[in-house]
Amino acid sequence: MEALFTANNVWMMICTALVFIMHLGFGFLEMGLTRQKNAINIFFKNFFVITMGILVYYLIGFNLMYPGFSDGSPGIIDFAGFGLTLPGGEAIDYADGGYTYWTDFLFQAVFAATAATIVSGAVAERVKIEGFMIFSLLYVAIAYPIVGSWQWGGGWLSQLGFHDFAGSTLVHSVGGWAALMFVYFLGPRIGKYENGRINALPGHNLPLAAAGVLILWLGWFGFNGGSILSAEPTSTSLVLVNTCLAASAGAIVAFIVAKLSFKSFDLTMFMNGVLGGLVGITAGADQMNVIESIVIGGLSGVIVVYGITLLDKALKLDDPVGAIAVHLICGIWGTLAVGLFGNLAGGAQFLHQAVGVGVIGLFCVVSAIIFLFITKYTVGIRAKRDYEIQGLDCTEHAMDAYSDFQTK
Amino acid sequence: MKKIEAIIRESQFLKVRDALKDLGVKHFTYWDVTGVGKEKQPHVYRGVNYESLAISRRFISLVVSEELLDEAINAILDSASTNEVGDGKIFVLPVEKSIRIRTKESGTSSL
Repeated sequence: MEALFTANNVWMMICTALVFIMHLGFGFLEMGLTRQKNAINIFFKNFFVITMGILVYYLIGFNLMYPGFSDGSPGIIDFAGFGLTLPGGEAIDYADGGYTYWTDFLFQAVFAATAATIVSGAVAERVKIEGFMIFSLLYVAIAYPIVGSWQWGGGWLSQLGFHDFAGSTLVHSVGGWAALMFVYFLGPRIGKYENGRINALPGHNLPLAAAGVLILWLGWFGFNGGSILSAEPTSTSLVLVNTCLAASAGAIVAFIVAKLSFKSFDLTMFMNGVLGGLVGITAGADQMNVIESIVIGGLSGVIVVYGITLLDKALKLDDPVGAIAVHLICGIWGTLAVGLFGNLAGGAQFLHQAVGVGVIGLFCVVSAIIFLFITKYTVGIRAKRDYEIQGLDCTEHAMDAYSDFQTK
Repeated sequence: MKKIEAIIRESQFLKVRDALKDLGVKHFTYWDVTGVGKEKQPHVYRGVNYESLAISRRFISLVVSEELLDEAINAILDSASTNEVGDGKIFVLPVEKSIRIRTKESGTSSL
Protein backbone atom coordinates (compact mmCIF):
# COMPACT_ATOMS: atom_id res chain seq x y z
CA MET A 1 0.00 0.00 0.00
CA GLU A 2 2.85 2.32 0.94
CA ALA A 3 4.65 1.50 -2.33
CA LEU A 4 1.51 2.13 -4.38
CA PHE A 5 1.04 5.47 -2.61
CA THR A 6 4.59 6.44 -3.50
CA ALA A 7 4.11 5.38 -7.13
CA ASN A 8 0.82 7.30 -7.38
CA ASN A 9 2.36 10.40 -5.89
CA VAL A 10 5.41 10.25 -8.16
CA TRP A 11 3.14 10.05 -11.21
CA MET A 12 1.12 13.03 -9.98
CA MET A 13 4.29 15.06 -9.42
CA ILE A 14 5.49 14.19 -12.93
CA CYS A 15 2.12 15.34 -14.26
CA THR A 16 2.46 18.56 -12.27
CA ALA A 17 5.81 19.20 -13.93
CA LEU A 18 4.33 18.45 -17.36
CA VAL A 19 1.49 20.92 -16.82
CA PHE A 20 4.04 23.47 -15.63
CA ILE A 21 6.04 23.15 -18.87
CA MET A 22 2.86 23.99 -20.81
CA HIS A 23 3.54 27.58 -19.80
CA LEU A 24 6.68 27.46 -21.94
CA GLY A 25 4.58 26.02 -24.77
CA PHE A 26 2.00 28.80 -24.46
CA GLY A 27 4.81 31.36 -24.36
CA PHE A 28 6.52 30.06 -27.51
CA LEU A 29 3.23 29.75 -29.36
CA GLU A 30 2.10 33.28 -28.54
CA MET A 31 5.47 34.83 -29.16
CA GLY A 32 5.91 33.02 -32.47
CA LEU A 33 2.48 33.99 -33.80
CA THR A 34 2.93 37.67 -32.99
CA ARG A 35 5.33 40.32 -34.21
CA GLN A 36 8.94 40.75 -33.21
CA LYS A 37 8.32 44.14 -31.60
CA ASN A 38 6.20 42.54 -28.84
CA ALA A 39 8.18 39.38 -28.00
CA ILE A 40 9.42 40.62 -24.60
CA ASN A 41 5.92 41.77 -23.70
CA ILE A 42 4.48 38.31 -24.40
CA PHE A 43 6.94 36.58 -22.11
CA PHE A 44 6.56 39.26 -19.44
CA LYS A 45 2.82 38.57 -19.36
CA ASN A 46 3.38 34.82 -19.26
CA PHE A 47 5.94 35.07 -16.47
CA PHE A 48 3.48 37.16 -14.51
CA VAL A 49 0.67 34.67 -15.05
CA ILE A 50 2.57 31.64 -13.76
CA THR A 51 4.24 33.39 -10.82
CA MET A 52 1.19 35.38 -9.75
CA GLY A 53 -1.01 32.35 -10.44
CA ILE A 54 0.86 30.08 -8.04
CA LEU A 55 1.00 32.71 -5.28
CA VAL A 56 -2.65 33.71 -5.57
CA TYR A 57 -3.75 30.11 -5.77
CA TYR A 58 -1.80 29.50 -2.58
CA LEU A 59 -3.35 32.51 -0.89
CA ILE A 60 -7.03 32.06 -1.78
CA GLY A 61 -7.59 30.01 -4.94
CA PHE A 62 -7.03 26.51 -3.58
CA ASN A 63 -9.36 26.94 -0.63
CA LEU A 64 -11.98 28.68 -2.76
CA MET A 65 -11.91 25.85 -5.30
CA TYR A 66 -11.80 22.99 -2.75
CA PRO A 67 -13.69 24.41 0.23
CA GLY A 68 -15.06 21.02 1.33
CA PHE A 69 -18.76 21.79 0.88
CA SER A 70 -20.69 20.48 3.87
CA ASP A 71 -23.57 18.05 3.41
CA GLY A 72 -26.72 19.84 2.34
CA SER A 73 -24.79 22.89 1.12
CA PRO A 74 -26.07 24.23 -2.24
CA GLY A 75 -22.45 23.99 -3.43
CA ILE A 76 -22.24 27.43 -4.98
CA ILE A 77 -19.56 29.20 -2.96
CA ASP A 78 -17.59 28.49 0.18
CA PHE A 79 -14.12 29.31 1.44
CA ALA A 80 -11.87 27.24 3.67
CA GLY A 81 -9.57 30.05 4.74
CA PHE A 82 -6.39 31.74 3.49
CA GLY A 83 -3.21 29.87 2.69
CA LEU A 84 -2.39 26.21 3.04
CA THR A 85 -3.03 24.14 6.14
CA LEU A 86 -1.93 20.53 6.11
CA PRO A 87 -4.97 18.51 7.11
CA GLY A 88 -4.67 16.21 10.11
CA GLY A 89 -4.34 12.43 9.81
CA GLU A 90 -2.03 10.22 7.76
CA ALA A 91 -0.82 11.56 4.40
CA ILE A 92 -2.00 8.37 2.71
CA ASP A 93 -5.59 9.00 3.80
CA TYR A 94 -5.77 12.45 2.17
CA ALA A 95 -6.93 11.31 -1.27
CA ASP A 96 -7.26 7.54 -0.86
CA GLY A 97 -3.55 7.14 -1.53
CA GLY A 98 -3.65 8.96 -4.89
CA TYR A 99 -1.34 11.81 -3.93
CA THR A 100 -0.33 13.97 -0.99
CA TYR A 101 -1.90 17.25 0.05
CA TRP A 102 1.13 19.13 -1.26
CA THR A 103 1.02 17.46 -4.66
CA ASP A 104 -2.69 18.26 -4.81
CA PHE A 105 -2.03 21.95 -4.25
CA LEU A 106 0.78 22.26 -6.78
CA PHE A 107 -0.99 20.25 -9.50
CA GLN A 108 -4.07 22.47 -9.14
CA ALA A 109 -1.98 25.64 -8.94
CA VAL A 110 -0.20 25.08 -12.27
CA PHE A 111 -3.60 24.26 -13.79
CA ALA A 112 -5.12 27.50 -12.54
CA ALA A 113 -2.51 29.67 -14.22
CA THR A 114 -3.24 28.14 -17.64
CA ALA A 115 -6.69 29.79 -17.69
CA ALA A 116 -5.11 33.25 -17.58
CA THR A 117 -2.43 32.31 -20.11
CA ILE A 118 -5.20 31.59 -22.62
CA VAL A 119 -6.32 35.21 -22.26
CA SER A 120 -2.75 36.44 -22.72
CA GLY A 121 -2.51 35.11 -26.28
CA ALA A 122 -5.82 36.55 -27.43
CA VAL A 123 -5.10 40.08 -26.22
CA ALA A 124 -1.45 40.10 -27.29
CA GLU A 125 0.23 43.08 -28.95
CA ARG A 126 -2.14 45.82 -27.75
CA VAL A 127 -3.10 45.13 -24.17
CA LYS A 128 -1.78 47.48 -21.49
CA ILE A 129 0.55 45.46 -19.31
CA GLU A 130 -0.80 46.76 -15.96
CA GLY A 131 -4.36 46.18 -17.13
CA PHE A 132 -3.58 42.61 -18.11
CA MET A 133 -1.96 42.00 -14.71
CA ILE A 134 -4.94 43.28 -12.73
CA PHE A 135 -7.47 41.44 -14.87
CA SER A 136 -5.65 38.10 -14.79
CA LEU A 137 -5.07 38.42 -11.04
CA LEU A 138 -8.79 38.92 -10.37
CA TYR A 139 -9.77 36.19 -12.80
CA VAL A 140 -7.40 33.55 -11.40
CA ALA A 141 -8.13 34.54 -7.80
CA ILE A 142 -11.93 34.63 -8.04
CA ALA A 143 -13.64 33.45 -11.22
CA TYR A 144 -11.58 30.32 -11.96
CA PRO A 145 -11.72 28.81 -8.44
CA ILE A 146 -15.46 29.46 -7.99
CA VAL A 147 -16.28 27.72 -11.26
CA GLY A 148 -13.88 24.93 -10.33
CA SER A 149 -15.57 24.43 -6.97
CA TRP A 150 -18.91 23.76 -8.67
CA GLN A 151 -17.51 20.62 -10.30
CA TRP A 152 -14.10 19.51 -9.00
CA GLY A 153 -14.74 20.93 -5.53
CA GLY A 154 -17.88 18.81 -5.19
CA GLY A 155 -20.36 21.67 -5.74
CA TRP A 156 -23.74 21.82 -7.47
CA LEU A 157 -22.60 20.85 -10.99
CA SER A 158 -21.00 17.62 -9.82
CA GLN A 159 -24.14 16.83 -7.82
CA LEU A 160 -26.16 17.46 -10.97
CA GLY A 161 -24.12 14.91 -12.94
CA PHE A 162 -22.07 17.24 -15.14
CA HIS A 163 -18.87 15.60 -16.41
CA ASP A 164 -15.70 17.48 -17.28
CA PHE A 165 -12.76 15.14 -16.89
CA ALA A 166 -9.77 17.47 -17.15
CA GLY A 167 -11.27 20.83 -17.94
CA SER A 168 -12.56 21.42 -21.49
CA THR A 169 -14.98 23.78 -19.80
CA LEU A 170 -13.53 24.36 -16.33
CA VAL A 171 -10.13 25.43 -17.63
CA HIS A 172 -10.24 26.02 -21.38
CA SER A 173 -13.68 27.59 -21.79
CA VAL A 174 -13.23 29.57 -18.60
CA GLY A 175 -10.08 31.06 -20.12
CA GLY A 176 -11.75 31.30 -23.52
CA TRP A 177 -14.76 33.29 -22.28
CA ALA A 178 -12.45 35.80 -20.62
CA ALA A 179 -10.42 36.00 -23.83
CA LEU A 180 -13.57 36.64 -25.86
CA MET A 181 -14.77 39.43 -23.57
CA PHE A 182 -11.33 41.01 -23.32
CA VAL A 183 -10.85 40.98 -27.10
CA TYR A 184 -14.35 42.45 -27.59
CA PHE A 185 -13.71 45.38 -25.24
CA LEU A 186 -10.10 45.85 -26.30
CA GLY A 187 -10.68 46.07 -30.04
CA PRO A 188 -8.38 44.87 -32.81
CA ARG A 189 -4.69 45.65 -33.24
CA ILE A 190 -3.95 48.81 -35.23
CA GLY A 191 -3.79 47.87 -38.90
CA LYS A 192 -5.74 44.62 -38.60
CA TYR A 193 -8.98 45.95 -40.09
CA GLU A 194 -8.60 48.95 -42.39
CA ASN A 195 -11.28 50.45 -44.65
CA GLY A 196 -13.21 47.20 -44.80
CA ARG A 197 -10.08 45.21 -45.58
CA ILE A 198 -8.77 42.40 -43.40
CA ASN A 199 -5.00 42.46 -43.15
CA ALA A 200 -2.71 39.62 -42.12
CA LEU A 201 -0.24 40.52 -39.38
CA PRO A 202 2.06 37.51 -39.72
CA GLY A 203 3.79 36.08 -36.68
CA HIS A 204 7.55 36.49 -36.60
CA ASN A 205 8.75 33.03 -35.60
CA LEU A 206 6.68 30.11 -36.81
CA PRO A 207 9.32 27.46 -35.99
CA LEU A 208 9.25 28.57 -32.35
CA ALA A 209 5.45 28.56 -32.37
CA ALA A 210 5.62 24.98 -33.69
CA ALA A 211 7.94 24.04 -30.83
CA GLY A 212 5.41 25.61 -28.48
CA VAL A 213 2.61 23.42 -29.81
CA LEU A 214 4.64 20.24 -29.38
CA ILE A 215 5.57 21.31 -25.85
CA LEU A 216 1.88 21.92 -25.12
CA TRP A 217 1.03 18.47 -26.45
CA LEU A 218 3.70 16.97 -24.19
CA GLY A 219 2.23 18.96 -21.31
CA TRP A 220 -1.19 17.48 -22.05
CA PHE A 221 0.16 14.06 -21.02
CA GLY A 222 0.19 15.56 -17.54
CA PHE A 223 -2.93 17.68 -17.94
CA ASN A 224 -5.11 14.71 -18.89
CA GLY A 225 -2.96 11.90 -17.50
CA GLY A 226 -2.82 13.58 -14.10
CA SER A 227 -6.55 14.21 -14.03
CA ILE A 228 -7.08 10.52 -13.22
CA LEU A 229 -5.70 11.69 -9.84
CA SER A 230 -3.65 8.53 -9.34
CA ALA A 231 -1.38 6.30 -11.41
CA GLU A 232 -4.12 3.72 -11.95
CA PRO A 233 -2.63 1.83 -14.94
CA THR A 234 -5.63 1.18 -17.21
CA SER A 235 -7.25 4.60 -16.91
CA THR A 236 -4.07 6.66 -17.23
CA SER A 237 -2.83 4.79 -20.27
CA LEU A 238 -6.23 4.85 -22.03
CA VAL A 239 -6.50 8.59 -21.35
CA LEU A 240 -3.08 9.19 -22.90
CA VAL A 241 -3.97 7.11 -25.98
CA ASN A 242 -7.26 9.00 -26.40
CA THR A 243 -5.50 12.32 -25.93
CA CYS A 244 -2.90 11.60 -28.61
CA LEU A 245 -5.39 10.16 -31.10
CA ALA A 246 -7.65 13.19 -30.75
CA ALA A 247 -4.73 15.60 -31.17
CA SER A 248 -3.55 13.80 -34.29
CA ALA A 249 -7.02 13.56 -35.83
CA GLY A 250 -7.72 17.23 -35.09
CA ALA A 251 -4.46 18.28 -36.71
CA ILE A 252 -4.84 16.20 -39.87
CA VAL A 253 -8.45 17.31 -40.39
CA ALA A 254 -7.53 20.96 -39.71
CA PHE A 255 -4.76 21.09 -42.30
CA ILE A 256 -6.95 19.38 -44.90
CA VAL A 257 -9.85 21.77 -44.25
CA ALA A 258 -7.44 24.72 -44.40
CA LYS A 259 -5.91 23.44 -47.65
CA LEU A 260 -9.36 23.08 -49.24
CA SER A 261 -10.46 26.51 -48.01
CA PHE A 262 -7.32 28.60 -48.47
CA LYS A 263 -5.38 26.60 -51.09
CA SER A 264 -2.23 26.43 -49.04
CA PHE A 265 -0.70 24.05 -46.52
CA ASP A 266 -1.01 26.38 -43.56
CA LEU A 267 1.30 25.33 -40.71
CA THR A 268 -0.44 27.58 -38.19
CA MET A 269 -3.79 25.90 -38.88
CA PHE A 270 -2.12 22.48 -38.60
CA MET A 271 -0.84 23.55 -35.16
CA ASN A 272 -4.20 24.94 -34.07
CA GLY A 273 -5.70 21.60 -35.14
CA VAL A 274 -3.45 19.79 -32.66
CA LEU A 275 -4.61 22.13 -29.89
CA GLY A 276 -8.27 21.96 -30.93
CA GLY A 277 -8.17 18.17 -30.79
CA LEU A 278 -6.49 18.26 -27.38
CA VAL A 279 -9.01 20.69 -25.92
CA GLY A 280 -11.89 18.75 -27.47
CA ILE A 281 -10.94 15.42 -25.87
CA THR A 282 -10.10 16.91 -22.48
CA ALA A 283 -13.68 16.73 -21.13
CA GLY A 284 -14.22 13.08 -21.97
CA ALA A 285 -10.78 11.49 -22.29
CA ASP A 286 -11.70 8.97 -19.56
CA GLN A 287 -15.11 8.08 -21.02
CA MET A 288 -14.34 7.50 -24.71
CA ASN A 289 -13.06 4.56 -26.68
CA VAL A 290 -10.36 5.15 -29.25
CA ILE A 291 -12.70 5.53 -32.24
CA GLU A 292 -14.83 8.09 -30.41
CA SER A 293 -11.70 10.00 -29.48
CA ILE A 294 -10.66 10.18 -33.13
CA VAL A 295 -14.14 11.43 -34.11
CA ILE A 296 -14.19 14.08 -31.35
CA GLY A 297 -10.66 15.20 -32.23
CA GLY A 298 -11.36 15.23 -35.96
CA LEU A 299 -14.48 17.36 -35.58
CA SER A 300 -12.48 19.71 -33.36
CA GLY A 301 -10.15 20.13 -36.34
CA VAL A 302 -13.05 21.31 -38.51
CA ILE A 303 -14.41 23.55 -35.76
CA VAL A 304 -11.08 25.21 -35.07
CA VAL A 305 -10.40 26.25 -38.68
CA TYR A 306 -13.92 27.60 -39.27
CA GLY A 307 -13.95 29.11 -35.77
CA ILE A 308 -10.77 31.08 -36.44
CA THR A 309 -12.08 32.27 -39.82
CA LEU A 310 -15.48 33.18 -38.36
CA LEU A 311 -13.97 35.26 -35.56
CA ASP A 312 -11.37 36.88 -37.80
CA LYS A 313 -13.45 37.66 -40.88
CA ALA A 314 -17.13 37.77 -39.90
CA LEU A 315 -17.06 38.96 -36.28
CA LYS A 316 -13.88 41.05 -36.67
CA LEU A 317 -12.57 39.86 -33.31
CA ASP A 318 -8.80 40.07 -33.53
CA ASP A 319 -7.27 37.02 -31.83
CA PRO A 320 -3.63 36.75 -32.95
CA VAL A 321 -3.15 33.16 -31.79
CA GLY A 322 -6.63 31.66 -32.28
CA ALA A 323 -7.11 31.18 -28.53
CA ILE A 324 -10.86 31.77 -28.61
CA ALA A 325 -11.49 29.19 -31.32
CA VAL A 326 -9.16 26.63 -29.75
CA HIS A 327 -10.04 27.00 -26.07
CA LEU A 328 -13.59 28.35 -26.02
CA ILE A 329 -15.26 26.82 -29.07
CA CYS A 330 -13.46 23.46 -28.95
CA GLY A 331 -13.90 23.45 -25.17
CA ILE A 332 -17.67 23.79 -25.55
CA TRP A 333 -17.68 21.12 -28.25
CA GLY A 334 -15.64 18.71 -26.13
CA THR A 335 -17.93 19.21 -23.12
CA LEU A 336 -21.10 18.63 -25.14
CA ALA A 337 -19.48 15.60 -26.83
CA VAL A 338 -19.51 13.79 -23.47
CA GLY A 339 -23.32 13.68 -23.85
CA LEU A 340 -23.09 12.39 -27.42
CA PHE A 341 -20.28 9.80 -27.31
CA GLY A 342 -18.78 7.35 -24.86
CA ASN A 343 -19.89 5.67 -21.66
CA LEU A 344 -22.07 8.55 -20.44
CA ALA A 345 -23.81 9.38 -23.75
CA GLY A 346 -27.53 10.07 -23.44
CA GLY A 347 -30.16 12.78 -23.47
CA ALA A 348 -30.01 13.54 -19.75
CA GLN A 349 -26.22 13.70 -19.79
CA PHE A 350 -26.27 15.99 -22.82
CA LEU A 351 -28.64 18.27 -20.94
CA HIS A 352 -26.36 18.31 -17.90
CA GLN A 353 -23.41 19.14 -20.14
CA ALA A 354 -25.37 21.96 -21.78
CA VAL A 355 -26.40 23.36 -18.38
CA GLY A 356 -22.77 23.33 -17.27
CA VAL A 357 -21.59 25.04 -20.46
CA GLY A 358 -24.36 27.64 -20.28
CA VAL A 359 -24.17 28.56 -16.60
CA ILE A 360 -20.38 28.61 -16.53
CA GLY A 361 -20.40 30.68 -19.72
CA LEU A 362 -22.77 33.20 -18.21
CA PHE A 363 -20.81 33.38 -14.96
CA CYS A 364 -17.50 33.85 -16.83
CA VAL A 365 -18.90 36.52 -19.14
CA VAL A 366 -20.40 38.51 -16.27
CA SER A 367 -17.33 38.26 -14.06
CA ALA A 368 -15.01 39.08 -16.98
CA ILE A 369 -17.07 42.19 -17.77
CA ILE A 370 -16.98 43.30 -14.12
CA PHE A 371 -13.20 42.75 -13.90
CA LEU A 372 -12.69 44.51 -17.24
CA PHE A 373 -14.60 47.56 -16.06
CA ILE A 374 -12.64 47.63 -12.81
CA THR A 375 -9.44 47.46 -14.85
CA LYS A 376 -10.55 49.94 -17.49
CA TYR A 377 -11.40 52.65 -14.97
CA THR A 378 -8.31 52.18 -12.82
CA VAL A 379 -5.21 51.53 -14.93
CA GLY A 380 -6.82 51.10 -18.37
CA ILE A 381 -6.80 48.12 -20.70
CA ARG A 382 -5.37 49.39 -23.97
CA ALA A 383 -1.74 50.33 -24.58
CA LYS A 384 -1.05 53.86 -25.82
CA ARG A 385 -1.44 54.18 -29.56
CA ASP A 386 2.16 55.16 -30.27
CA TYR A 387 3.44 52.44 -27.92
CA GLU A 388 1.47 49.89 -29.88
CA ILE A 389 2.78 51.19 -33.21
CA GLN A 390 6.41 51.24 -32.07
CA GLY A 391 6.03 47.95 -30.28
CA LEU A 392 5.52 47.26 -26.59
CA ASP A 393 9.08 45.94 -26.14
CA CYS A 394 10.94 49.19 -26.73
CA THR A 395 8.28 51.37 -25.05
CA GLU A 396 6.86 49.49 -22.03
CA HIS A 397 9.94 47.34 -21.39
CA ALA A 398 12.70 49.51 -22.87
CA MET A 399 14.48 46.55 -24.43
CA ASP A 400 14.70 44.59 -27.66
CA ALA A 401 14.04 40.87 -27.91
CA TYR A 402 16.88 40.41 -30.37
CA SER A 403 19.38 43.23 -29.94
CA ASP A 404 22.40 42.92 -32.25
CA PHE A 405 20.44 40.48 -34.36
CA GLN A 406 19.78 41.41 -37.95
CA THR A 407 16.20 42.57 -38.37
CA LYS A 408 14.09 43.07 -41.41
CA MET B 1 37.56 52.76 -63.44
CA LYS B 2 33.88 52.09 -63.14
CA LYS B 3 31.72 50.91 -60.29
CA ILE B 4 29.12 48.26 -61.04
CA GLU B 5 26.16 48.01 -58.72
CA ALA B 6 23.75 45.17 -59.37
CA ILE B 7 20.58 44.03 -57.65
CA ILE B 8 20.19 40.31 -58.26
CA ARG B 9 18.21 37.35 -57.01
CA GLU B 10 19.72 35.58 -54.02
CA SER B 11 19.22 32.32 -55.92
CA GLN B 12 21.55 33.51 -58.72
CA PHE B 13 24.26 34.78 -56.40
CA LEU B 14 26.61 31.79 -56.62
CA LYS B 15 26.46 31.80 -60.43
CA VAL B 16 27.23 35.52 -60.55
CA ARG B 17 30.08 35.13 -58.07
CA ASP B 18 31.65 32.32 -60.12
CA ALA B 19 31.23 34.20 -63.42
CA LEU B 20 33.00 37.23 -61.96
CA LYS B 21 35.72 35.06 -60.47
CA ASP B 22 36.36 33.44 -63.89
CA LEU B 23 36.82 36.94 -65.25
CA GLY B 24 39.52 37.74 -62.74
CA VAL B 25 37.52 39.91 -60.35
CA LYS B 26 39.39 39.20 -57.13
CA HIS B 27 36.96 40.72 -54.67
CA PHE B 28 33.67 42.48 -54.37
CA THR B 29 31.18 43.29 -51.62
CA TYR B 30 27.53 42.33 -51.29
CA TRP B 31 24.67 42.71 -48.87
CA ASP B 32 21.09 41.60 -48.57
CA VAL B 33 18.50 44.22 -49.36
CA THR B 34 14.74 44.57 -49.32
CA GLY B 35 12.74 46.59 -51.82
CA VAL B 36 9.46 47.11 -53.54
CA GLY B 37 8.88 46.31 -57.19
CA LYS B 38 6.71 44.66 -59.80
CA GLU B 39 7.06 41.13 -58.53
CA LYS B 40 4.02 39.77 -56.67
CA GLN B 41 4.58 37.35 -53.82
CA PRO B 42 1.21 35.93 -52.82
CA HIS B 43 1.03 34.86 -49.17
CA VAL B 44 -1.69 33.24 -47.07
CA TYR B 45 -1.57 33.58 -43.28
CA ARG B 46 -4.27 31.86 -41.27
CA GLY B 47 -6.77 32.15 -44.11
CA VAL B 48 -6.03 35.79 -44.95
CA ASN B 49 -4.51 36.44 -48.37
CA TYR B 50 -1.94 39.18 -48.63
CA GLU B 51 0.95 40.23 -50.81
CA SER B 52 4.29 40.66 -49.19
CA LEU B 53 5.47 44.22 -49.77
CA ALA B 54 9.03 43.29 -49.05
CA ILE B 55 10.98 41.68 -51.87
CA SER B 56 14.36 40.26 -50.89
CA ARG B 57 17.33 40.68 -53.20
CA ARG B 58 21.10 40.69 -52.99
CA PHE B 59 23.00 43.86 -53.79
CA ILE B 60 26.53 43.47 -55.18
CA SER B 61 29.04 46.22 -55.62
CA LEU B 62 32.39 46.03 -57.48
CA VAL B 63 34.88 48.38 -59.09
CA VAL B 64 36.52 47.28 -62.35
CA SER B 65 38.94 48.73 -64.91
CA GLU B 66 37.55 50.21 -68.14
CA GLU B 67 38.86 47.18 -70.12
CA LEU B 68 37.00 44.72 -67.93
CA LEU B 69 33.74 46.70 -67.79
CA ASP B 70 31.81 45.21 -70.73
CA GLU B 71 32.90 41.67 -69.95
CA ALA B 72 31.86 42.08 -66.33
CA ILE B 73 28.46 43.47 -67.29
CA ASN B 74 27.91 40.61 -69.73
CA ALA B 75 28.97 38.07 -67.13
CA ILE B 76 26.39 39.43 -64.68
CA LEU B 77 23.71 39.66 -67.36
CA ASP B 78 24.23 36.00 -68.29
CA SER B 79 24.57 34.58 -64.82
CA ALA B 80 21.85 36.59 -63.06
CA SER B 81 19.11 36.03 -65.60
CA THR B 82 16.17 33.65 -65.17
CA ASN B 83 13.95 35.47 -67.71
CA GLU B 84 11.28 36.00 -65.08
CA VAL B 85 10.04 39.38 -63.81
CA GLY B 86 12.29 40.45 -60.97
CA ASP B 87 15.76 39.49 -62.23
CA GLY B 88 17.10 42.84 -61.07
CA LYS B 89 19.10 45.74 -62.46
CA ILE B 90 22.67 46.81 -63.16
CA PHE B 91 23.97 50.36 -62.67
CA VAL B 92 27.36 51.66 -63.81
CA LEU B 93 28.94 54.68 -62.12
CA PRO B 94 32.23 56.50 -62.70
CA VAL B 95 34.88 56.14 -59.98
CA GLU B 96 37.25 59.04 -59.34
CA LYS B 97 39.96 57.35 -57.39
CA SER B 98 40.93 54.05 -55.82
CA ILE B 99 43.63 53.49 -53.18
CA ARG B 100 44.83 50.32 -51.48
CA ILE B 101 45.23 51.21 -47.81
CA ARG B 102 48.22 48.95 -46.99
CA THR B 103 50.50 49.84 -49.95
CA LYS B 104 48.97 53.25 -50.71
CA GLU B 105 49.14 52.41 -54.44
CA SER B 106 46.33 53.90 -56.49
CA GLY B 107 44.65 53.33 -59.85
CA THR B 108 43.80 50.04 -61.54
CA SER B 109 46.55 48.12 -59.74
CA SER B 110 44.86 48.81 -56.44
CA LEU B 111 41.65 47.05 -57.44
